Amino acid sequence: MKDDIAVESKLSAQDAEDLMNRVMRRQAGLSLQVAAVFIAILIILPLFNLYAPELAATSILGFPLTWLMLGVLFYPITWILSSYFVSKSDEIETQISREEQQ
Amino acid sequence: MSDGIIPLLFVVAMIVATVAIGMIATKKAHTTADFFVAARSVGVMMNASAISGEYLSAASFMGIAGLVMKNGYDSLWYPVGYAAGYLFLLLFIAGPLRRFGAYTIPDFAQGRFDSPMFRKIAVIFVLFIGFFYTMPQMKGAGVTMSIILGWPYWAGILVVGTVITFNVAMGGMKGITLVQAFQYWAKLFAVSLPLFILMAVFAPYNTELGSVGADPKGAARINSMDTATVNGIEKAPLNALSMPTAETTAIMFESDKTYRVSKITTARKPEKGEDPIMPEQLVRPVKGGTDTQDLKAMVASGKPFDITGGLILVCDPVAVTIDGKPLMKDGKLVKTSAKIEFEKGGPVTFNVARARTTSGAMKATEADPIVPNSPSNSKWLNPFGPMTSKWGYPLLYTYSLIIALVCGTAGLPHILVRFYTNPDGRSAKRTTLWVMVMLGAFYVFTPMWGVMGRLHMAQLYVNGGFDTAVIKLPTLLDNKLFAQILSGVTSAGAFAAFMSTFSGLLVSMSGAFAHDIYGRILRPTASPQDRLRAFKVAAIGVGIVSMGLGLMVETFDIATMVGWAFAIGAASYFPLLLLGSWWKGLTKYGAAAGMLLGGLLSLAAIVTNMLLDKKVLTMDLPPLVRALMEQPAIWGVPLSILTMIVVSKATKDKLPSDVTWKMLKLHAPEEMGLSKDYIEA
Repeated sequence: MKDDIAVESKLSAQDAEDLMNRVMRRQAGLSLQVAAVFIAILIILPLFNLYAPELAATSILGFPLTWLMLGVLFYPITWILSSYFVSKSDEIETQISREEQQ
Repeated sequence: MSDGIIPLLFVVAMIVATVAIGMIATKKAHTTADFFVAARSVGVMMNASAISGEYLSAASFMGIAGLVMKNGYDSLWYPVGYAAGYLFLLLFIAGPLRRFGAYTIPDFAQGRFDSPMFRKIAVIFVLFIGFFYTMPQMKGAGVTMSIILGWPYWAGILVVGTVITFNVAMGGMKGITLVQAFQYWAKLFAVSLPLFILMAVFAPYNTELGSVGADPKGAARINSMDTATVNGIEKAPLNALSMPTAETTAIMFESDKTYRVSKITTARKPEKGEDPIMPEQLVRPVKGGTDTQDLKAMVASGKPFDITGGLILVCDPVAVTIDGKPLMKDGKLVKTSAKIEFEKGGPVTFNVARARTTSGAMKATEADPIVPNSPSNSKWLNPFGPMTSKWGYPLLYTYSLIIALVCGTAGLPHILVRFYTNPDGRSAKRTTLWVMVMLGAFYVFTPMWGVMGRLHMAQLYVNGGFDTAVIKLPTLLDNKLFAQILSGVTSAGAFAAFMSTFSGLLVSMSGAFAHDIYGRILRPTASPQDRLRAFKVAAIGVGIVSMGLGLMVETFDIATMVGWAFAIGAASYFPLLLLGSWWKGLTKYGAAAGMLLGGLLSLAAIVTNMLLDKKVLTMDLPPLVRALMEQPAIWGVPLSILTMIVVSKATKDKLPSDVTWKMLKLHAPEEMGLSKDYIEA
């Protein structure tokens, strides 16, 4: 079961290694880029609460600003990040398979 | 007509719908692949609904509302972390995992490292996390039935456990996919619609929060006509009342009942150098309008005493002093008040103490009394409140909690197994995107219940019954029929929550037994029919064990138990999958050492901390250590990852020879023809 791909493919070990590095580097680049934005938000929000408590407590239509950010707006932000990732990642993978099959 | 009848009808309707949908779907489930991965043919929207339905458990439906009510802002991290964890899953794990094409995580573990031994370790963790996650679901079932119908705790567990075990044993994964998809939409409806009606009657979300913010020194207030029940020693540590420091509050005991106070201390932990505060300064027993001298002596003695015949305990805030001089902080007097622990509890009411015989002054307030155990509005509404500040390291606690939730979500085996039901890696990613939308749409409502609970159901602070807010809040409506119908809707939603999560856990644990232990380790030659039979037998066995475990955890918090599962998942499966998918150099020794060390040490820290909390163990540990034990992810996850890297480097000659091909299989787009399911459906 474990060897069937290796047997079926005509790629040499070195070519496979290169291919693996190319594919993974492009995928990882995109993943890390989106993750960096997300992690930055997760790190900054508690710091913002700690160092700018008055700004964080500013009332917007009754919501404290930081409650509005964490309790309401955070969800749409993750939706934007993930839909950006999914469309970009589809694009990259279509590109990879087109280039590699030439 | 009894109060519980309408909610019962709703719950029964939910159970019947669950079984009926399960049976319809089961008619189509015939093959082994149907049972384990629903033949890898589930569409994106259906699969996203099913994953969301499976994920939204008792902790999400009842627990978050309760946590927000209890702790305020800090608890908002829970729903955010539960939902946002999927982003990590999407970015790093969903695509590769599906491309690898196994049935279960142990398959991945064995396939990636060519190590049958590793399968066994992975199976142990599936069962570990699974059972820890099952216990709070069982507790949710028992507690909900005891609220709506007054059933004993075990009855709810037995009903839910039996129905789901039957359903899973009949249809496996194919049967429950449709059921769970249906249950997502049922839960979304149940969490949102009653809320809109409650907000129309009381006030919208922002107005309610604004009213909290407008009174920063105040706290949750209870109607002086409302009776609340104080817990006795059997519900420890929820058997204490920490009295308000903002105003003098009286506790009125009923005349035909007997209560017993075991201890009176200060609510604020005294620091070094402060003058001691005696119980008689904090609590004045009053009977028939005058102070009672004999009880006063009892209070002063510090010994346990009985309360009979309708006593009133007047609790005064007391200024903290050092050498007789008042202690100031930020220009304000530091005050404390009584913390009264009860050995035998019972019904009480509260009042703002008015006529004082000694001073004669009337307190000119029309407000309802502040309820005991309630953090002040400013602490509740703002970051770094009672939950994260508990050990004095609020920022550290917050970050550790975030890591546990975000990484833990990406390490839950019963959720991960669902990604194998997608047709390919791309649809696995698209599914994750829709899961995030569906979860966000649900979670945005849960804190609103907590806010409503604080403002309108403050009696829950008295005995810590926060988990029941979602079920009880609808009963506040004036129209009793309507109130019962809405309470029925939320009860049915709660049932959907523990039923769907329990189904998913049962499938992944039965899968681990039937597929990994029986089919791969014990009898690799077993025919598909044998494995199917093994799956059914395993489902029944796991169902029975789960019910048994559920009976043992009545006194544990739902949120605490879920926290265990997340912390173990974050420090074991998450590093395995992250490094296993992205780092070619990970060896089986590295992966196993990291998983075991990170997962087991995190578990040990959490359990020890809990035993310290319950005073089963006594150890004098610095608060920083306690904070790190309560939230271990901040060291557990890096420890696990680091161990994996170090041990892998040391054993790099043990890498499988075809590791490059494995990595290609995990990452190459399907069109390239390099990925083929590890096990073909």
